[in-house]
Amino acid sequence: MEHMIETKDVSFEYRQYDDNGNVETVRRAVDHVDLYVKPGQFIAILGHNGSGKSTLAKHLNAILLPTEGTVWIDGKDTADQRKLLEIRRTTGMVFQNPDNQIIGSQVGEDVAFGPENLGRESSWIRRKVEESLRAVGMEKYRNKSPNHLSGGQKQRVAIAGTVAMGSRCIVLDEPTAMLDPVGRREVLDIAHRLNREDHTTVILITHYMEEVIDADYIYVMDHGAIAMEGTPREIFSRVERLQQLRLDVPQVTILAHLLKKAGLDIPDGILRPEELVDRLEELKKG
Amino acid sequence: MSILKLDHVNYIYEAGTAFEHHALTDITVEFGADEFVGIIGHTGSGKSTLIQMCNGLEKPTSGTVLFHGEDIHQKGYDLKSLRCKVGLVFQYPEHQLFAETVRQDAAFGPMNQGLSREEALERASAALALTRLPEELYDCSPFELSGGQKRRAAIAGVLAMEPEILMLDEPTAGLDPKGRDEILDLIAGLRRERSMTVLLVSHSMEDVAKYADRLLVMDDGKLRYHDTTEAVFAHYKELEEMGLRAPALSYVLHSLKEKGWPVGTYASSPEEARDMILGALGK
Repeated sequence: MEHMIETKDVSFEYRQYDDNGNVETVRRAVDHVDLYVKPGQFIAILGHNGSGKSTLAKHLNAILLPTEGTVWIDGKDTADQRKLLEIRRTTGMVFQNPDNQIIGSQVGEDVAFGPENLGRESSWIRRKVEESLRAVGMEKYRNKSPNHLSGGQKQRVAIAGTVAMGSRCIVLDEPTAMLDPVGRREVLDIAHRLNREDHTTVILITHYMEEVIDADYIYVMDHGAIAMEGTPREIFSRVERLQQLRLDVPQVTILAHLLKKAGLDIPDGILRPEELVDRLEELKKG
Repeated sequence: MSILKLDHVNYIYEAGTAFEHHALTDITVEFGADEFVGIIGHTGSGKSTLIQMCNGLEKPTSGTVLFHGEDIHQKGYDLKSLRCKVGLVFQYPEHQLFAETVRQDAAFGPMNQGLSREEALERASAALALTRLPEELYDCSPFELSGGQKRRAAIAGVLAMEPEILMLDEPTAGLDPKGRDEILDLIAGLRRERSMTVLLVSHSMEDVAKYADRLLVMDDGKLRYHDTTEAVFAHYKELEEMGLRAPALSYVLHSLKEKGWPVGTYASSPEEARDMILGALGK
């Protein structure tokens, strides 16, 4: 099957130049990354601040072009200028700060901004906006000012903006970092729903491990490179490695790991409280 | 001995208009010396308004705020010096860095307290040292620092005023686990070494569980719980209804207890929970 996203040996360097235009410092933010994402997958990219995950994300709709290697989005090379519009229509981005990406004075107007630039007639745009707001559960706020929305609601409006553009792939770059627990839940629920119901490919970039439990596959980045990859259970089995990578291992996973180290027969990679409780009950009954 | 007391404080935004909103309803609470108090609540629950009451940034619609027994809104009260003694670190404090160097930025508060430039810079250096910011950064532009360093520089600006009470509004928002632990350890250290009273506003139950002695839980402008951390997290179902979440360990321990295990319902760390479970299994 054709990949929705494929990166081959991608590296990216931030270069600083002196007054004469000579390269002064080079910082390699992405280091030989291979990434494969199939259509309809829910992929998580984990990593601490500065691990290169946001820089990588910006390659997924050609905001940045790789210094070395190639990025293909739905088979199109992002370095190909002629494909730029198609690529940007395929992958939508949602960034960390909800206040930096809302421009409309009304929610509906904000969502309409993208489709308006597609040059379609206004009835089509109106329908698109309506559908998209419905997809994120924000249709009641169509005529409200974005100022009065919570952080989670603003992020949902930003997601609706990508849906309205017909994005088949959404890249969420730390969409919950500035939200409270309720807002976080809202955004994740919407991402999972779009993935499940509309088969939208989702790339979720985060440093919260709790958020990636339900992902199909996880890449963990460190120093710009892929440090680990696997299913959530494979990743969560390696508690000590994750802590070395400065990631926040969920407390339940740590507790299960500690109990295992103390000699209890508990499988690796416990993700949820219920799983641990059930296993402990079995052990107690012997 | 209480330092700061809120006595039946009510606060209504835009009273008498269509936008009237009870941000705080009948809040009575005291803060003593050398305490670490966590303030939790969902967005809009009134927790930020509560701490802005504590240093006189907001004035109660009714009720009084007392600092060392004195009403801070009485005529002639020196609110400016109160704000030095009850220091507030806002959300994303690094957005407020503005001076040419880190040291000058931290000296801004003490200069406004009326200290001489030399004294202020000395205070700034001492405060920066408390935050464990490397000394070679003191004379850099604040904009050259990393996110975590910027936040420490901004906290130093409040510490330089030598507050008796340090209030922090979501000091770890947007930081990764390492940055978060550094900031929280710094705050816990200040409390330990300087006997500073700390009021920490946070969404993160894990953070307050680890550090706070007691918790205030705000919901819809009301003080819903005010108790030890352990006692508050025993209400984990009610917390969930308020859009909060008890630490994940509490869920495990609660379920085990419901199934008849002889375990407590609260552990401040995974190690503590492990020992409880091993104990219950007779190991």
